[in-house]
Amino acid sequence: MTEDPFAKYSGTNRPEPEGTFPPTDEMLARPVDTEEEARRADRLRRAWDEPKGWAYFSAVNNDKVGAWYSLTALFFMLAAGVLALLMRIQLAVPENDFLDADRFNQFFTMHGSAMMFLFAVPMFEAISILLLPAFLGARDLPFPRLSSYGFWCFVIGGCFVMGSVLFDVAPRGGWFMYPPLSTEDMGIGADIWLLGLSFIEVASIAAAVELIVGVLKCRPPGMRVNLMPLYAWYVLVVGGMILFAFPPLIAGDFLFEMERSFDWPFFDPTRGGDPMLWQHLFWIFGHPEVYIVFLPSIAIAAMVIPTVAQRPIVGYSWIVLSAVGVGFLSFGLWVHHMFTTGLPNISLGFFSAASEAVVIPTGIQLFVFAATLMVGKVKRSLPMLWIAGALAIFVLGGLTGVMLAIAPFNWAVHDTYFIVAHLHYTLFGGMIFPVMAGVYYFYPFFRKGRMMSETLGRWSFWLIFIGFNLTFLPMHYTGLIGMPRRVFTYGEEMGWGWLNMLSTVASFVIAAGFAVFVWDLLRPKRNEGASRRNPWNAGTLEWSHNVPEEQWGVRSIPFITSRYPLWDQPKIVERMDAGRFYLSDTKYGYRETIVTSVLDARPQHVQRVTGPAWITMMAAAFTGGAFIFPTFSMYVPAIISGAFAIVCVLYWLWTATAQVPEEPTSDVGLGLRLPRYASGPNAPGWWAVWITMLGDATAFTSLVFGFFFYWTASPDFPPMGADHAGGAALLAAAVLLSLSWLATRSAKATNRHGNVRQARILLAVGMACTVAGGAGLYLAVADLAPTSHAYPAIVCALAVWLGAHLGLGLIAQGYSLARSLAGHTTPIYDADLTNTTLLWHFIVVQALITSAVIGLLPGWMT
Amino acid sequence: MLPFILRWRFVKRLFAGLVPVVALSGCSGRQSILDPAGQDSASLLTLFWVMLAGLVVIWLLINGMMFFFHHLSPRKYDESIARKLIVGGGIVFPTVVIAALLAWGLSMMPDQRAPGDGLRVEIVGEQWWWRVAYWPDGADEPIVSANEIRLPVGRRSTFELSSAAVIHSLWIPALGGKMDMFPGRETFLTLEPTEAGTFRGQCAEFCGASHALMAFEVVTMDPEEFETWLAEEAGPAQSPEGEAAIEGADVFSAQGCGACHTVRGTEAVGQVGPDLTHVGSRMSLGAGILAPTVDNFIAWIDHTGDLKPEVEMPAYDDLPEDDLLALATYLVGLK
Repeated sequence: MTEDPFAKYSGTNRPEPEGTFPPTDEMLARPVDTEEEARRADRLRRAWDEPKGWAYFSAVNNDKVGAWYSLTALFFMLAAGVLALLMRIQLAVPENDFLDADRFNQFFTMHGSAMMFLFAVPMFEAISILLLPAFLGARDLPFPRLSSYGFWCFVIGGCFVMGSVLFDVAPRGGWFMYPPLSTEDMGIGADIWLLGLSFIEVASIAAAVELIVGVLKCRPPGMRVNLMPLYAWYVLVVGGMILFAFPPLIAGDFLFEMERSFDWPFFDPTRGGDPMLWQHLFWIFGHPEVYIVFLPSIAIAAMVIPTVAQRPIVGYSWIVLSAVGVGFLSFGLWVHHMFTTGLPNISLGFFSAASEAVVIPTGIQLFVFAATLMVGKVKRSLPMLWIAGALAIFVLGGLTGVMLAIAPFNWAVHDTYFIVAHLHYTLFGGMIFPVMAGVYYFYPFFRKGRMMSETLGRWSFWLIFIGFNLTFLPMHYTGLIGMPRRVFTYGEEMGWGWLNMLSTVASFVIAAGFAVFVWDLLRPKRNEGASRRNPWNAGTLEWSHNVPEEQWGVRSIPFITSRYPLWDQPKIVERMDAGRFYLSDTKYGYRETIVTSVLDARPQHVQRVTGPAWITMMAAAFTGGAFIFPTFSMYVPAIISGAFAIVCVLYWLWTATAQVPEEPTSDVGLGLRLPRYASGPNAPGWWAVWITMLGDATAFTSLVFGFFFYWTASPDFPPMGADHAGGAALLAAAVLLSLSWLATRSAKATNRHGNVRQARILLAVGMACTVAGGAGLYLAVADLAPTSHAYPAIVCALAVWLGAHLGLGLIAQGYSLARSLAGHTTPIYDADLTNTTLLWHFIVVQALITSAVIGLLPGWMT
Repeated sequence: MLPFILRWRFVKRLFAGLVPVVALSGCSGRQSILDPAGQDSASLLTLFWVMLAGLVVIWLLINGMMFFFHHLSPRKYDESIARKLIVGGGIVFPTVVIAALLAWGLSMMPDQRAPGDGLRVEIVGEQWWWRVAYWPDGADEPIVSANEIRLPVGRRSTFELSSAAVIHSLWIPALGGKMDMFPGRETFLTLEPTEAGTFRGQCAEFCGASHALMAFEVVTMDPEEFETWLAEEAGPAQSPEGEAAIEGADVFSAQGCGACHTVRGTEAVGQVGPDLTHVGSRMSLGAGILAPTVDNFIAWIDHTGDLKPEVEMPAYDDLPEDDLLALATYLVGLK
């Protein structure tokens, strides 16, 4: 009879890491027991075994999902490229009738939308999902099923949006979807854009959350933030940008779709709406988006260049600070897309200066690369050729950007082919070329030792490089001599014919270059004598990967003391392979990884990582239904589908997360014992909720911004004699929701002190308060007529938003109660309850702000 | 100062040599930024040439530097030099250049937005044409026209812009920058032509199916000439002359064209479509897309939707040819 290992712990005295950390050199040098290690390797291999046959598609490992994700994004990129070629054929000669106006407008809308939403951002996320764990010596990302869910959402949403082109019903209002053109558009194209892309944005945010938590919590022991590979820094910055940039667009999409489906006049100037509100919300998203696309590519260059120079990057702090700086500045530039909308000079001056300021951090990053090459011993390679091409192109695009940021010059060339040239220079130079460099550089990692062809790579490079410059360099001139963007045809007398013909012919050269690349990527490759493990002699952890392939990521999770461990830490790869480092075993046959502290990467606990499942695919399909059915005004199926999606997600959470462990702490090797469970700020799940809700709060802030925008921009807001939200009902709602929050919070504290029964009662009380508060909210706005004016519309929109969050909060309270009743939440193991409490902090803040904005402000304003 | 000027001229000449069409300056078209005929467009062009020169120099420096370090550099440099390069190239140099550029470039804004001298032109963007109304100084009512803008040379005219349904943007490259036109909101633009001539403007903001086909003619005239023209434009329509034209006027009225179009001095007072009082004297038909010939009028009336997709005016394709010819003759005669 052994004593209960849990007996010495309680809710206020939880298991902590025990033993030695950091390990000493002597410990690392100690030989391993090879037979024992072989048995462990076997167990580990079984735990990480990939499903066979059809079940292969239920895999959730980052390398599978990442590979599918990037190939899907590549497919959408090629499809959007074909649309571009078709447009180029139409424009090759004046007064052409290859495409009619409507078709052309669909094509350019889809070209831009697909390149942005179905290629550029997903490609970053795909590559990051694929590579990040390897950069960090982790087994996998913290939430593999979340990546899988995001991927399937992307596939479904992408096919839905892209497929609309085949049925001649694609959106046709431009990728910027300006109202009133797009609010008044009769077809379903605009709805496909709004709902389909919102769906994909949700998936993008899910991936961003996953990646941020991955960088913060899944680094190997010892990898303090200042030792992180640069790519991880960029993931952090870009993930953060996605978190703050996408929500304003989602809020805008929400308002837009409410106008289209239910005639709530947010953007209709005849009923108090304002089309400028959309432009602000769109570009608050749209400009950071450009840097969201650009920064990851710089990150790839930041991984390639030290390898080319065969030495650590010069100015690590400079480049990290610059990336963070670009991230911040990018949120202060959006108005430079609106220089011709008649804003006052003072605003234009401010945004001109802010736009120019981005040159500085961008310049620093380029000069860091130059400095690294300057002090290193350059080893020429194909990836570096692509980086050099990227630089040549990007610098030109950046410099035309400097011109465009000067407001008066912008008035001259805004919405002309000069802009088309500029943006393609920035995106080819700042995205396509570096990503290609990345593909050539990381291919031996993706395919475990195989290489892409040097010859084909050079062909592809020169075809794309020359084709690109011949296509887009002339476009600067085409724009200067007067050709506006987005025209499906032009008159012969305009004299633009030969320039357009040149661009068209050259665009097919680009296409040929991509054809060579795709062939090289997909062609069957034998081990062409290059199956070395680290063919470029790089210094970062990903090149410690196993050849031939193993599914476990790393055999043992290393202890890191350098930015370039493969160069600086002797025998590190050998020791990783031998299982000398951490977590070389899986005692209970689970997939596991080590979670470390955010700043200094001290080991905190062993995290169980989820394995293959179909549930994520089902959840994605039902989520898709919830977004896709409303396109066809099928609201009942949409609601049913949404309900199924919630059930799927709850099932997935219930069966795979926050499981009470078999033992309080486990031996992870090198004399260290770690807890097997965490709740609160130590747990990745807690961070995920925090980060998600930060994005959510941003969307909410955007709606509140809308309210204030109307107030400041229009003289009759709220209109004379308008009905207001019911004050008493609103006050009651605010009080009840605060009580609900208090009850949830107390439930967590009480539970920790061991009063499980009392905690359950508090949760039940909280649920009752939530329902009652929701009813109060409904009564407060039930009498308003949101179709009559933008004022009641925005009030109702805020109420709908809060109402949806109360639904979420209610489900979370119910889930926590059920977990407690089922014994999955105990005083020691209370992650679900902790996360629900965190969620409620956000909900109560939104509830109070909403009540104040719609209840108090109107009285004060009038 | 001297080397800077030298460099600018040099680059300008170099660029002119590289792009043959620029060398034929003056032939880049009637809708070209490179061929300014106004005060605003001329200063914008100067700004452009200077920035272009800077662009070429900086591009060559950065790429030359990278090429040198990657391909040619004979030795490894010291890390302290490299760090100086980061600070010098990444911070000091761009800060100085950008500060200077902002100071100069933004100082142009007040001039470009200077108030007008008297003539106000009210323009409403329609789907896909331009409703134009002239308000000379002190006028009580406007002089209404469409799809063509005439301006006096040497005076700064004010444009009062708005839109009927969707966002458009008024752009006359030869005269200056563009300005968006919104439904339910007025925006302003002032332009000062410096040369007499005819130019072309086009809608620059995507506005739906026929965005590509929403253009207009711009005529800049000596002030006296302009006054004469404006007085004529203010007058009623000419009576039809000749048998065909008289018959055409009957067709116009029988087909109910007057429900949408105004021909001042007749019963036609419709406000939906463009004012046709002096349509025959305009330089284009269908908002800058066709020459105003009899044949083109026939084609336009016969199948409007083919010439301008999704246009609101229905095609009168069941009119007999004789009637079409008569109608076109009448319209062309509305000088």
